[in-house]
Amino acid sequence: MAIIRDIMPAFELFQPATTEDALGLAERYGSDGWVLAGGLDSFDWLKDRIKKPRYVIDLSQIKELRGVRPASDGGIEIGAMTTLTEVLRDPAIREKYSILSTGAEAAASPQIRNQGTLGGNVSQDTRCWYYRGGWKCYRAGGNICFADTPSAINREHAILGADRCVAVNPSDTAPALIVLDAKMIIRGRKGERVVDAEDYFVGPDIDITRMNVLQPGELLTAIRIPSTWAGAQFYFEKIRDRPVWDFPLVNVASAAVFTNGNIERIRIAVNGVAARPMRLKAVEAAITGKPRNAATADVAGAMAIEGAQTLRYNGYKVPLMRNLVKRAIRGVEEAKWAS
Amino acid sequence: MGIVEFAKNPWGQDVPIHIFFYLIWVSVIAGLAFLVIHAIWARYFAKPDAYAEGEYPAPPSSAIPEKVARHSLAARLFHWVMAAAMFALLITAFLPRMSVKFPWVTYHWIAGLVLTASILFHIVHASFFMDFWSIWPNKTDREDAHNKALLMMGKAAPLPRRSGKYPLENQMYHLIIVLTGLAVMCTGIFMMFRVRTPLFPRNPYLFSDMTWGMMYALHGLAGVGLIALIMAHVYFALRPEKLAITKSMVFGSMSREHYLEHHDPRRWAPASMTKSAGSR
Repeated sequence: MAIIRDIMPAFELFQPATTEDALGLAERYGSDGWVLAGGLDSFDWLKDRIKKPRYVIDLSQIKELRGVRPASDGGIEIGAMTTLTEVLRDPAIREKYSILSTGAEAAASPQIRNQGTLGGNVSQDTRCWYYRGGWKCYRAGGNICFADTPSAINREHAILGADRCVAVNPSDTAPALIVLDAKMIIRGRKGERVVDAEDYFVGPDIDITRMNVLQPGELLTAIRIPSTWAGAQFYFEKIRDRPVWDFPLVNVASAAVFTNGNIERIRIAVNGVAARPMRLKAVEAAITGKPRNAATADVAGAMAIEGAQTLRYNGYKVPLMRNLVKRAIRGVEEAKWAS
Repeated sequence: MGIVEFAKNPWGQDVPIHIFFYLIWVSVIAGLAFLVIHAIWARYFAKPDAYAEGEYPAPPSSAIPEKVARHSLAARLFHWVMAAAMFALLITAFLPRMSVKFPWVTYHWIAGLVLTASILFHIVHASFFMDFWSIWPNKTDREDAHNKALLMMGKAAPLPRRSGKYPLENQMYHLIIVLTGLAVMCTGIFMMFRVRTPLFPRNPYLFSDMTWGMMYALHGLAGVGLIALIMAHVYFALRPEKLAITKSMVFGSMSREHYLEHHDPRRWAPASMTKSAGSR
């Protein structure tokens, strides 16, 4: 429980210069260690004294984790410690994968984007205030979800994929990376593994205390974007309470290739509706080959919200998600807002 | 490190939330230790079964069927359905705690409902269609248990008599399983109100935080206890001297030789020797 704010508990700080050193430290300290990227998520935890790691491993000095570089397959590789500002300004990303620039630019404020990293943005913890407030909920190892009770304040919480916990993933870059078919490069002492972006995130049904597949001692070192969707037609939209700076209520990303007015191939992902960003595979399958028109968008919108279960205050997310999916297919002008 | 983990609720009260999960390993280790110690004892120190003789006239072998019916089809089906449900429950409950990740909650409560249905069936079946008292230790069983204990300690005591349908070990195991099974079943049904199921609406306020916490703790304690109990059960089912009993749970009957060697026809008469005999 948060007792004292803005005074971090004492910890031993490590600033390794290489990934190997960071991995060694992460392995040595295990659950006593805390990996620090940009710090925007971490410092909240530390200042609220809810997380009290004994050792903090700051990745900011590792040069190999920064920057955007060409990948061997014609795509690009982005170091996990590349800041969101660097991502949104990078010419190669803006030219071929502009949805990632848009997603990065939608995150937070300019100051935060200068400090926040791409790896941190996709790996950040949920913002459920019951959980962030230090209550011993399911996600914190307890036996209750305080947000899923009859009197809970749960306007921002999940409408899909809830399993005891109804927290949502707050990342703006995650759905963009999923539609770009990005690969997450994870390194541990035992070697490297590559995980599809959509499989990087885990829901509470699989692991209620984690948001992604990173295990203790592992680091997300880079994000590789293949050329598969380079230059496709992208759509990204984020709905938030305060346009200048806020987490998404719902965001949507799509990458599509159209031929003669038909959808040749498409990927759609949404976030803010579940504990993990959701790729809408059923929707993609249903509309591939169909004409890009209002009827197809309607079908997609209706399919997208199938199975949605609302809480007391988050019912608005159902029409919001439906309409965002429609707009992701048909564009803003053609989609009709209806609830 | 303790048995039950506590946390503060929103009203600042310390309430139990669940057991410490290292107890899973305590139970596994305790189960393994029991198996090893028992196996050593059985191999090197155990004496052959000896029973008191002469208290009753031995029935003519011809009166005993070659295959002595022990478990009816319904009883066997119950046992194996319950066993499947129990294994499903243990796997879904504890593998995720051992870093094997899968969406376990739905499988867990479905297996729990299967277990509950099978237990309810068994209660009715055993109460009205079987020899209900045969599984509960009676005065003779208790006296024989006392004598066996004395003999094991090297003290003088009368030899125990042959058992009825169920040896005392069976009866005691059943008693412990009844207690732990009812504990996980009753707490588990209430815990379903904390998760989303199509059966009834969620209601996390059904009980106070303290009551919920005690329920979670009891569910967990009984659950980890079942790990060791099931390990012991499987172990005994596979032991050579118990295989006849295990086979009877598969095929429904045991041989006349095994029956006459270990069971007292006066305490458990095969169905063919008595009109009223039920079969558990």
